Parts: sequence; C-alpha cells; structure tokens
Amino acid sequence: MTATQERPADAVEREIGRDRRRKEDQRLITGRTRWTDNLQLPGMLHLAMVRSPFAHATITSIDTSAAQDAPNVVTVLTGKDFGEELGVCINAWPITPDQVTPVHSPLPADRVSFAGEIVAVVVARSAAEARDAAELVDVEYDELPAALDLKDAAADTVLAHPDLGTNKSALWVFDSGEAGTGGNVEDAISKARDDGIVIEREYRQQRLIPAFMEPRSVVVDPTSEQLTMWSATQIPHILRFALAATTGVPESKIRVIAPDVGGGFGGKLQVTPEEWIAWAVARRIHKPVKYTETRSESLLSAHHGRDQWQKLTLAAEKDGTVTGFKVELLADLGAYVAIVGGGVPVLGAFMFNAIYKFPAYHFACQTVLTNKTWTDAYRGAGRPEATFGIERMMDELAAEVGVDPLAIREKNWIKHDEFPFTTVCGLEYDSGNYEAATARAKEMFGYDELRAEQMARRASGDKVQLGIGISTFTEMCGLAPSRVLGTLDYGAGGWEYASVRMLATGKVEVTTGASAHGQGHETAFSQIVADRLGVAFEDVEILHGDTQVAHRGLDTYGSRSLVVGGEALVRAADKVIEKAKPVAAHLLEASVDDLEFSGGRFTVRGTDQGMGIGEVATAVFAAHDYPEGVEPQLDSDATYDPVNFSFPHGTHLCAMEVDTETGALTMRKYVCVDDIGNIINPLIVSGQVHGGLVQGIAQALWEEAVYDDSGTLVSGSFVDYLLPTAADTISFDIDHTTSPSTTNSLGTKGVGEAGTIASTPAVVNAVVDAVRHLGVNDIQMPCTPERVWRAINGPGAGGSTTADAMPHFDGEGEQA
Amino acid sequence: MTRISLTVDGARVSDDVEPRMLLVQYLRERLGKTGTVIGCDTSNCGACTVHLNGTSVKSCNVLAVQADGGEVTTIEGLAQDGQLHPVQEAFRECHGLQCGFCTPGMIMQSVDLLNSNPNPSEEEIRLGLEGNLCRCTGYHNIVRAVQHAAGQGAGATS
Repeated sequence: MTATQERPADAVEREIGRDRRRKEDQRLITGRTRWTDNLQLPGMLHLAMVRSPFAHATITSIDTSAAQDAPNVVTVLTGKDFGEELGVCINAWPITPDQVTPVHSPLPADRVSFAGEIVAVVVARSAAEARDAAELVDVEYDELPAALDLKDAAADTVLAHPDLGTNKSALWVFDSGEAGTGGNVEDAISKARDDGIVIEREYRQQRLIPAFMEPRSVVVDPTSEQLTMWSATQIPHILRFALAATTGVPESKIRVIAPDVGGGFGGKLQVTPEEWIAWAVARRIHKPVKYTETRSESLLSAHHGRDQWQKLTLAAEKDGTVTGFKVELLADLGAYVAIVGGGVPVLGAFMFNAIYKFPAYHFACQTVLTNKTWTDAYRGAGRPEATFGIERMMDELAAEVGVDPLAIREKNWIKHDEFPFTTVCGLEYDSGNYEAATARAKEMFGYDELRAEQMARRASGDKVQLGIGISTFTEMCGLAPSRVLGTLDYGAGGWEYASVRMLATGKVEVTTGASAHGQGHETAFSQIVADRLGVAFEDVEILHGDTQVAHRGLDTYGSRSLVVGGEALVRAADKVIEKAKPVAAHLLEASVDDLEFSGGRFTVRGTDQGMGIGEVATAVFAAHDYPEGVEPQLDSDATYDPVNFSFPHGTHLCAMEVDTETGALTMRKYVCVDDIGNIINPLIVSGQVHGGLVQGIAQALWEEAVYDDSGTLVSGSFVDYLLPTAADTISFDIDHTTSPSTTNSLGTKGVGEAGTIASTPAVVNAVVDAVRHLGVNDIQMPCTPERVWRAINGPGAGGSTTADAMPHFDGEGEQA
Repeated sequence: MTRISLTVDGARVSDDVEPRMLLVQYLRERLGKTGTVIGCDTSNCGACTVHLNGTSVKSCNVLAVQADGGEVTTIEGLAQDGQLHPVQEAFRECHGLQCGFCTPGMIMQSVDLLNSNPNPSEEEIRLGLEGNLCRCTGYHNIVRAVQHAAGQGAGATS
C-alpha cells in the first residue's frame, strides 16, 4: 500500500451518501471472526452455571461434593463462598428518588427470585465436563409463593421480594398541566365526555426476548497486571465502569474488550450475573475462565423486553381533533431492576403524543417487581410501546369519527411549516415533513386501489378479508443530551467520544466510543472521516470495542452511534485540520489566513501551491521542520454532548389478508417511507430498516415469552419462542424523504430502531382493519390465527397465551 | 474414545473423540474451525451449517463419529485460491449480513440450495433457508443475495 492519496477536489463529499459495501464483510463471510467464544487462552478453564428451577424459593442447602469429585472439575463455588468482591449488578437509572430496588447479587446465597437464577458455578477443564458436573450439584429449595401475573403483582397479592414489603418499585409521572407544557388532561377528558369523543382502551405489550443470534459469552484473563474481560456486550465502557464501581478493582486495572459481537438489539445492553461470576472466579483461582451460555440459558436468563399493560384514554372533539391523552402503564421489571430498568418505559413517556398536537397529556408508569426474568431494553426501548399505543388509538378514533385513519392523522399532526415544534412533553422537534412521507408511501402502496379492493371484498363477503394498517410514527433517538439525562436521574451522561490519529504513512486511525455489533460502523464512519479529511475511504481504519484502544465512550444503543458518535468524529477530524493548518502554512511559506482546505489539500489562495494533509502528517512525524510553539502531531479527539435528541419519522403502510374462517394471516404488502435525515450509506440503512421491520412485525404476529402458572418459562428454546424465518416474511418496499436534522453537522437522525418502532402498530392496525366490520376492535399480540379466529367469533381480543400454553404440559392436555 | 479420520476444508485430520461429541464441537474445539458457530441447542438456528459429503448439514445435529471417513467443508474452506465463492461475494454485494453470526450457516445453506436448484424463485429461496435464523437482516437482503448469486451462475459452478 502506498501513502494516502488525496482525493481530487471534484470528489469532495463523494463518500457520504454512497452505497459502499461493508469493510466488515470480508472477515465475516469467510469465517475469520473473533467471537468471544472463539477465544482460547493457555490454561483456560470453563464455567457451567447451576440455575434455579423455581421462580421463588429459599435455598436451604447446596451439596457440591459429587460435582467436586467429577472428572477434571477444579472447583464448585456458591454465593456463600464469596464476599463483597463478587460485586452486584447495578441499576443505573433509579427513575424516582424513592424507587424500591432489590439488591441484585449475581449469585444469591439464600433466596432465588426467578427460574433461571444462578445458585452455583462449576469450574472444570472443559465446558462439557463443567456441564456434566453441574448436573451433580444437589440444591435443596423451599419453594415460596411467586409473584407472576403483572396486575396481581401490582396489587401486592404475593411479594416477589418479601423483605421489601411491596412489589411496586416506582411511580413515574409526567403531567403537562403541572409541567406547564400543556393543559390539564382531566379537564379535556371531562369536556369530551360531555360533547366530544372519549376512546378508552387497554392494550397488552407482551413480553419479548431480544434473541440476538450470538449467545452471550465472557472470557476473563487475570494473568497480568491488568485484568482483561472479553464479553459479547454492547457496552464495554459501561461494563468496565460497573466492574470497577462494584468489585473493588480500580478502573485503571480493568480492560474490557467487545470483540466481534453477534447482535444485541438492547439484549446486550446489560451488566450480567454471568460476567460478574466469571470475573470473581478468575480473580479467585488466578486462571483464565470462559463461560458461554446455551441458547436455552439465554432465553431463560438474559433480559427480556416490553411487558406492559397500557390503559389509554384519548379525548377528542366530535370532528376528531384530539384534545387530550392520558396514559397509565404497568411495567413488569421482572425480579430485579436492570441497568436501564424502569427507564425503558420512561423513554416512552415523551413519545405517546407522537406527531400529534395534543393540547393536554398525562403519563404515569408504575414499575412492578415479579418473580420472572428481569426486563430491560429491547430494540426501541419504550418508544415501540408508545408508538403502538398512540397509533392503535388513532385508528380507533378514526373508526369512531367514521373517517379514513390517514385523514384523522393528518387532521392532528404537526404540519411541515410548523417546525421547529415544541410538543406537549416539552421536547423540541427540529424538523420533519409528515405530509411528504405519507404522500410518497401512499403512492408506493397503491393506497386508493387497495382501499377499493377492501371495499369490494367486504361487499362480496369474501372469506379472505383485506386490512390496511397505518403507522405514522416518530421517535426520539441519539441518546442523549447529558443535562436532560441528569434531570431524569440517569446515572451517566449521553456524550460520545472519538479520536483521529494521523499516522506517519498517511493512513488514518479513528477510535470511537461507540461499540458496533452488526451496525457497520467501520464502513459508515470511514465514509464520514474520508469526506471530512479528504482522504481515501480505504485509508481510514475504525477501531472500537476495546477500552484500551478507545478509552472513553458510552457505547451503542438508542440509535446514538451516528447522531452522537458521528458528530464526535466530525469534530475530531475538524480539529486535525485546524492543527495541520499552521504546519502547512509554515511548510508552504504562506500565511495561515491565506490557506484553504478542500479535498484533503491545503492550498494557498491565488496560487497553485499546496500540500495534502497526509504530507503534513508525514512532516510532523519527521518533525524536522515545523513552526515554533506548535506540537509536532496532528492527532485530535473530541467529546460531543448532543444538544437535543433527533426525531426520525415515517409513514408505514401494511396490507394484511385475514382468512375469516381460520384466522390465518398473510402479509401482502409492506411499504415504508422513513425520514431519517441525511443518509451516510443507503445500503446499510436499508438493512437496518428491513431488520427492524421484521422484529416489529414479529411482535405483532409471532413472538411472546410465556410463563406457566408456576413461573416456568415455557418458551425457553427456539422450538417454542417463535423467531420468524425467511419463509414467514416478505420483501419490503422502502424509501425515504429527507428533512435533515438541524442539531448536528451531518443532518442525520438515526435509523437503528425506526423499523421496529413503526411496524408493530401498522401490522396490528391492518389485522384489526380487516375484521373491524365483523365487530372486532382489538386483537391481543401476538395476533396468532387462534386469537384472530376467537376475536371474530366471540367477545374480547382473543385471550391470553398463558392459559393456552398450559394444556400441553398436563396429562389431560395430552389427549387433545 | 473413538478414532475418526476425515477431510475438513481439504486437510486430512484424525483424532480420538468422545462418541457424544458433536461435529460442530469437533470443528470448533479440536480443529479451531471457529468460523462455524453455535447459535442454539435445538437445531433450529442453522448457524452451524456445513457441508458433509457435498450436502448441507447442521453440524450440531451430527456426531463427529458420523463424519468418520467423510469430507467436510466449512465456511473457511469455501473460498478457493483466495477467490470468494460467488455466494460469499453476493452476500457482501447485497448487504446480506449485519452482525455476521448467522452468515456462515446462511451462506453454506444457500450454496447447497443453489446446487440443487440453480434458478430458484423467491419463494423457493425463502423455503430453502427456512432452517436458518437471522435476527438482523429481516431476510430481505439475504434473499436478494441468493438471487444475485443465482444470476451469476453460482449453482452451476459449485
């Protein structure tokens, strides 16, 4: 390879917007990968976990003797064998000052609080021997009553943690009247009861499992001055901080590496008992250890997502103009308050009003502890729940008023000439154009033709009915302005870090505090830096996911990597140019004021003299000739704290065919037009949209974590937890409109979660729309054929899954 | 322990293995063929898909002893003389991967699919990949990749 080739001036800005093939792919398609489970270190030992089969029980005794005697077992450890060095799993966001937060030991010694909780760890020379021996650990339990059903738990009928005296963890409230950002919602509702429309509904957000494809894995190497942890995590920097804060090891002695990480979707935004146990065991026995979970362990004990009841009251005038929205949530935390924990539903608090001009708004969320797997972020984290609630309600309002659901939305949404717009929650939406996205989506969808077909099928009594579902969503991403997080009592900031290192050969090394696990940062960030510095795409190397390489960072979640991390890159690159300028001026024997920088070259205005930024880097490396008072290097870094969230939006349209005789569903067409601001790489964006859509569609149609009435997860394998396959899904029609964000240099908005946030209500609205004329106004998710059939043929939303899952497991059910 | 001898990615190997050892464990733990990965424990996800005697198998569903005398090709042996297989090339070209964890299995299954049906319809592709789970792509671009590879004659050349 040669030194950096500066790009010709006419190619400036050519990288951004280009559908570059990904730099990451060469190694991924040839199997040259470094997943955590691939690592082997000399003398490495393997861990297997012994997990509670009971949802709630006292541990009366643990007999490890048979396991200790098993072949090649090194040791077996329980909670009693550790002291404070074990640390605790932390909640970083106590949403209220008086939040009830149970202590979360990674390895409890006295009581288990959910089925799947770890009670002992076996250390052996091979993973197979560790697992064999784990079967020999004899644990005696006294089973306790378990708090399982969310509504029952909220009534404190059975306590998940008896010592706490209540299951109610925190009540978080926002009221626009009290905040001064809008009117009083009770006034709006009472007025609407007199002479308007009041829609009251209760919706269920079922429990989901993130189900990243790479099972979690952790390796700890204690055999040097610094202890190193490799983990399949989204958050190496936060993980390092939490290890230091809770296990007594100085932060400067800890190195955390997230090597290739196989998906996360929020599911690897966690500090886990398994990481803490591996850390403690390695420190105890002074040997490298590895733990890789099985898929069943992952589904059982890695955090779940969603799980809310939403009680919604929408007030409107008779013509459909909205006047108020009241949201009352119950959110299931599971057995512990996870790292974001109750913050997940709170992230939805600012989004239930969505794109509409509600004059009054009230949000209250009660978080509740139960004896089930803990819940936390899953793709969208709070915003899918909010978007589902409001977009389902807008369809209900349209049905009540008797107008097209798009018309009711248009009547109430913020018009494009009203931006920037301050919402009833006090957020300032910087840009958007809902009319443009909707017009484009209708055109692509063939909206009017499909509506006509729907009418014809209804008129003819076709047994297969057609439904059209709409979701005109917005979301807030780019988490987050640190001051805003401070006012919400979040335990950290929302800035991001980047550095740009100009190497002597003219290559450019970039570090980012974002930590990719499939997003394609190496490609998209290279495009940004290549454009900014005017160097070749191939000459930029993006380094991430190692706290010794990128020592600062707040990692990847909440669609923040581009809008926050990308802006940090821009600022670091700009500093490089500023540092290079006086050196270039000196070497060109010109005044700094006469220099221009474009296309990677400094030129002297009015002359043909110039030099490339790579040449300046080489010159300061040699350092034979540079100006007085200037340090001989160009490396620069930047920490960017966003001034606002960004607000992508879009219009999603879904056509579903429903067989009214069987309840079978067929997705016929899905169109989405997302406005995500300026696009760095349209190919990567398309992938984010497609994948996001399928996760949201899967919530609508297939996925649910189901517990039986003893607290056993019955959807604990991929046989039972219905992840969609290629055969279940269709090809999508996607496009974009562009309203650049006004709050960052690149005008980007974030796209990681948009598809998931928008698609769930679009699909359910389509299913309900297909059968609304049969008297159906709700079908509980996932909309299985059985539920659809029941909704058509009886009252209610088709029933819950828990009761249906039971017969399979008892004797009588086997007859069926 | 049982002695097995087989060919993996063109190299002859021979080892004593426990009868219960799965082929995928043998590949990863004994041969260091970590390009092939384990995504589940119920043979649903297909991440471990390799070719055994020219046909795709989920290597978590085959005992190492069953591969005795056989010929195994993993994702690491698919490219020949530094040239990517057309299906590998197509996955990159069409952005058919994101995190890349399902990709080895997805590519190996796609190669097998095109070997048996060089010009599949979209429905045939979707049905042919039903045993391989992906959580990132929504399958859209995976289907495009297989179509792209078919258009390049990937099935005919394999």
